[in-house]
Amino acid sequence: MVEKRVIRGKVEKKFLMGNEAIAWGAILAGCRYFFGYPITPQNEIGEFFARELPRLGGVFVQVEAEMASIAALYGAATTGVRAMTSTSSPGWALMQEGISCATVAELPMVIAHVQRGGPGQGSISHSQMDYFSVTRGGGHGGYKTIVLAPTYTQEMCDLAQLAFHLADKYLTPVILLSDGLLGRVTETIEVRPLDFGPLPPKDWAVGGTASRESGEPRRISTARGQGMVRLPDGSSMPFTDFAEHLSEKWQKIMDNEVRYTTYQVDDADMVLVSYGSSGRACRDTVDIGRAKGIKLGLFRPITLWPFPHQEIHALAQQGSKKFVAVEDSMTGLIEDVKLAVEGKGEVHRVGLSIRDMRTAMGTINPDRVFSEIEQWL
Amino acid sequence: MIKERIYGPTKSLVGLDVLGQMMICPGCYHGMARKVICEVLDEMDIAGKAIALPGIGCHSSLSWLMKVDSIIYAHGPAPTVATGVKRVLGDKAMVFTLQGDGDCAAIGAGYLVGAAARAEKITIFMLNNALYGTTGGQLAPTTLMGQWTTTTPYNRDPSSGYPLHVPELMATIKGVAYSARGACATPAQYRKTKKYVKMAFQKQIDMVGLSFVEILVTCPTHWRKTPAEAVKWVGKETIKEYPLGVFKNVDKIE
Repeated sequence: MVEKRVIRGKVEKKFLMGNEAIAWGAILAGCRYFFGYPITPQNEIGEFFARELPRLGGVFVQVEAEMASIAALYGAATTGVRAMTSTSSPGWALMQEGISCATVAELPMVIAHVQRGGPGQGSISHSQMDYFSVTRGGGHGGYKTIVLAPTYTQEMCDLAQLAFHLADKYLTPVILLSDGLLGRVTETIEVRPLDFGPLPPKDWAVGGTASRESGEPRRISTARGQGMVRLPDGSSMPFTDFAEHLSEKWQKIMDNEVRYTTYQVDDADMVLVSYGSSGRACRDTVDIGRAKGIKLGLFRPITLWPFPHQEIHALAQQGSKKFVAVEDSMTGLIEDVKLAVEGKGEVHRVGLSIRDMRTAMGTINPDRVFSEIEQWL
Repeated sequence: MIKERIYGPTKSLVGLDVLGQMMICPGCYHGMARKVICEVLDEMDIAGKAIALPGIGCHSSLSWLMKVDSIIYAHGPAPTVATGVKRVLGDKAMVFTLQGDGDCAAIGAGYLVGAAARAEKITIFMLNNALYGTTGGQLAPTTLMGQWTTTTPYNRDPSSGYPLHVPELMATIKGVAYSARGACATPAQYRKTKKYVKMAFQKQIDMVGLSFVEILVTCPTHWRKTPAEAVKWVGKETIKEYPLGVFKNVDKIE
């Protein structure tokens, strides 16, 4: 149960699973509206909000499909409140139309995506197989959304709060990318409210013409590029104006919001690049290597878009000549690593075939990553 | 000497878009349907807190014509977007959708039924012109048997199913407070439809449940008819398949 004292800012230690930590982070960020549809392995998020939001004066609505989750979230976001939804891979696919629309309408919202195995119905446990659809704009129109990839339960809570801040700052959907494994890892974290600084007023929100002095109607639209002339409120403009407007914003995000952490990369001969649950395994792989006198390092992107291409490229320039993308999938991250290295070093990959079991419950473990990369040392 | 003003321009209806263009085809009754809604908004003094959710197609292009806040999303889910808006703003807003028959009853049928089942306190207006107008006149779920459309070039026969009666369907759903079908082809129909629209908004004000009004409109352009023929066709053909009236009206859902 969410205690009022925690909402007021009292920092407390709690033993939480990843899915719950996301929900705690959202509550601390002031999110009081949640629209969702059940899907494994993220149900704890919706169940948390169903329990907590009525007590906190908020609203939880279970709608009839993920297409509806994202549509209702879009509606709530037009009013200027902080709202979110969560889902897993098949549901993520169903939300793409809505995320594309929200990107155009420039509505701030947070979507927690707890990946499971794919394609199709795949598995109901974990994977990192949605990398492309998450980082490349999974819907139509080639858009971009910020993607934050936590690795630890503490980060779930902290990055959930950052997600709301960035959504409001750039007026864009922000994806919080977890997976079935991280969603269930349970550990002690500090539940702490984070302050990321001031934000512009939401002077675009709808609420009826009587809710503002001017009495002029407001229009929030996903058809903004169909205009003949540019309207002052930007709700309609010529198509090229519209496309440039969005891409200028994406460039601003790329210039300002790249986030990552590193572990022992300064003198590393071989750098593992990994995020989320496999990033967690790779930190131990680095320790295994270092204990044997092998100079391994870990580069862990936190924003998968914008991806830290330049920072990885700099490592290649500084002398790390071997890079290994470690991901619990068949492809994805390696392509960004290749783009980053730009031929300045070798790029290999370790994928889900090294899981410790052949069933859907198999995981990527530090020792198996190490025995796999030994061939490239 | 004028003693009392009994008729004038509808305040919340702009009539022209931002470029000063009249965007409605000659003889199209979208304008009429908007007028009936706007008259009610003005008379009930709720235009200031109205939020319109035009569906995709002619509806979104015509969203400029109403002087109220509007939200445009994708093809079909307007009732669900309305859910999100209404759940946040509650009685501070009057939330209504303005959708075509294809938007509401084909691609949007699932959203419509979902919102109705949850008894969302929103109002749905479905404008039935018996085909897809914006895309060039294709088969809609409401196309009449024997009707020519570009995707029923040999006239509609049972291989493409049968006309869907949406207000009758809505009347069977417990979360629906009000369900009716009106038309605007004659002054008498217009006045009756205005009563339906008023009642539908009243159900939302009273927070009873979802209210639904279908309005039969014309599409002379794609019916390949003159405006006068189109109005006659509504009176003769459309109304035969889609009877006017109130199908459900409750003050409380138990």
